[in-house]
Amino acid sequence: MQMSKGKKLFRKWMPVYLMMLPGLLYLLINNYMPMAGLAIAFKKVNYSVGIFKSPWCGLENFKFLFSTKDAWNITRNTLGYNFAFIIVNTVLGIAIAILISEIRSKVGKTIYQSAVLLPFLMSYVIVSYIVYAFLSGDTGMVNNSILAALGIDPINWYAEPKYWPMIIVFVNFWKGVGYGVLIYIAGIAGIDSSFYEAAALDGATKWQQIKKITLPALVPSIITLTLLNIGRIFYSDFSLFYQVPMNTGMLYDVTQTIDTYVYRGLLTLGDVGMSSAAGFYQSCVGFILVMLSNLIVKKISPDNALF
Amino acid sequence: MVLSKRQKAANVVIHILLILLTVIMVAPFVLLFMASVTDEMTLLQDGYAFWPGKFSLEAYRYMINSGQAIVRAYGMTFAITIVGTVLNLLLSSMLAYGLSLNGLPGKKIFAFYVFFTMLFNGGLVPTYLMYTTVFQIKNTFFGLIVPQFMMSAMNVIMIRTFFQNSIPTELYEACQIDGGGHLVIFKNVVLPLGKPILVSMGLFSALAYWNDWTNALYYVSDKKLWGIQSLLNEMISNIQYLSQNSNVATNVDMSSFPSTAVRMAIAFIGVLPVLIVFPFLQKYFAKGIAVGAVKG
Repeated sequence: MQMSKGKKLFRKWMPVYLMMLPGLLYLLINNYMPMAGLAIAFKKVNYSVGIFKSPWCGLENFKFLFSTKDAWNITRNTLGYNFAFIIVNTVLGIAIAILISEIRSKVGKTIYQSAVLLPFLMSYVIVSYIVYAFLSGDTGMVNNSILAALGIDPINWYAEPKYWPMIIVFVNFWKGVGYGVLIYIAGIAGIDSSFYEAAALDGATKWQQIKKITLPALVPSIITLTLLNIGRIFYSDFSLFYQVPMNTGMLYDVTQTIDTYVYRGLLTLGDVGMSSAAGFYQSCVGFILVMLSNLIVKKISPDNALF
Repeated sequence: MVLSKRQKAANVVIHILLILLTVIMVAPFVLLFMASVTDEMTLLQDGYAFWPGKFSLEAYRYMINSGQAIVRAYGMTFAITIVGTVLNLLLSSMLAYGLSLNGLPGKKIFAFYVFFTMLFNGGLVPTYLMYTTVFQIKNTFFGLIVPQFMMSAMNVIMIRTFFQNSIPTELYEACQIDGGGHLVIFKNVVLPLGKPILVSMGLFSALAYWNDWTNALYYVSDKKLWGIQSLLNEMISNIQYLSQNSNVATNVDMSSFPSTAVRMAIAFIGVLPVLIVFPFLQKYFAKGIAVGAVKG
């Protein structure tokens, strides 16, 4: 009896398991196997004997990594930029969403919405072409048209690290803000309009309405988005930091993040030990940060926790 | 409704701010396009400009006449995008279907198995070494399709949530009474009713493949397999290399490099399909993004 029941269940669900299999296998290959592969951070990789047979070397790779000033530099850049991105994109994203939501005409709304979303759809290669068109030393539009008209000497943008933190934060805003804007617009659209009517009857100004009705209603979306971003705070968009500064060595000090460091270590310099140690550091600290930020949200407002 | 003077003034200010924002968002694309129709000499002398001193369609003529590599790369990008998106939708929707079924033995374990990949990952080094040594993916078409984009846990969870919330279980039951197996239910009920979310997720997947240049950077050095983004990436890194090593530049025949206008023209045709498709599918993009904010 027991057997036949099990058999029945098996027959009933087998097709479903088979349908799920390709996806589950893909996660095994693309996600779980590399997780196991993190162990190579503790190995001295020797390609001639193969990765599996390479000898273990304990914490040697980490000692190397943290004895350089790179470790501090990439941590500072990754965290610093992410903090700036979260603040700039949240504040401006909400402001833009509120402005667009004030527009009554449907056509106007669609046009503005599309405009902010447009850069979000472009590849970073295209973005780097555009940035180059603006900032190239000889032919850049900024040097030739704007600075020349103001009588300012041309700036060799790709050789001046001091401008890049601002450029990168701006490019990230330009490319990425549309995503948040659409989420906040959806949030605002979901607010019951009778709240605003009642507030207006009581003589509340627009600014008071925004402060007392709109912003509180957006809090769940803000928390969810910020939580997702804080969970990713130890990660950076490789393309933004590699492609937009055009892989310029002179700018590494302010553009090198953990992701570009790992890539350069692995594929440009061939230093697997160092780059696997940096990757391990990223995976583990990243994981701790996701868990911590979720824990904190769970304490403050359990409904908004991710899990 | 009659607006007070104050409200009218406020509306004008809002429009001005938003028009300014629109200009900031759109102007860079205009500059890109203008550069592609600028005469090469003018561009080198006056620099990039929103209204060039001398126009020229030479770049597009060059692309049509001698752009075999460009046409090929364009075709590759289409192939990568189509194959990748179809596989992505297939894998994610089938997995999401299973996870959406009540009573599936082991459902919790599978759900955690999917979710955990969002919290923790191995990163580039082990991924790269595994794909290149175990799976020998280097310089194959698979290298452009499989890593990174073929399925994402986030999409699976969003699709599953949509299936759970928007497809009434009675429909499944009715289908089962008629003797339909899971494949029939999936094909006749789930896919048609799940269309809104599948279109949104498909768009994001297509966009990721269309815009990707990193898989080729990591796994494919064979230029025959390159898409348009990789071609553009190589052109700009060559130019950067030359400008940083000016002593090399004197020994290199600069005329063998595509002119600035040609590069901009290639970039522009790389953007074009997205620009054409976007207005029609805008609402699906917006919906897909709005869904992302609601946790599964």
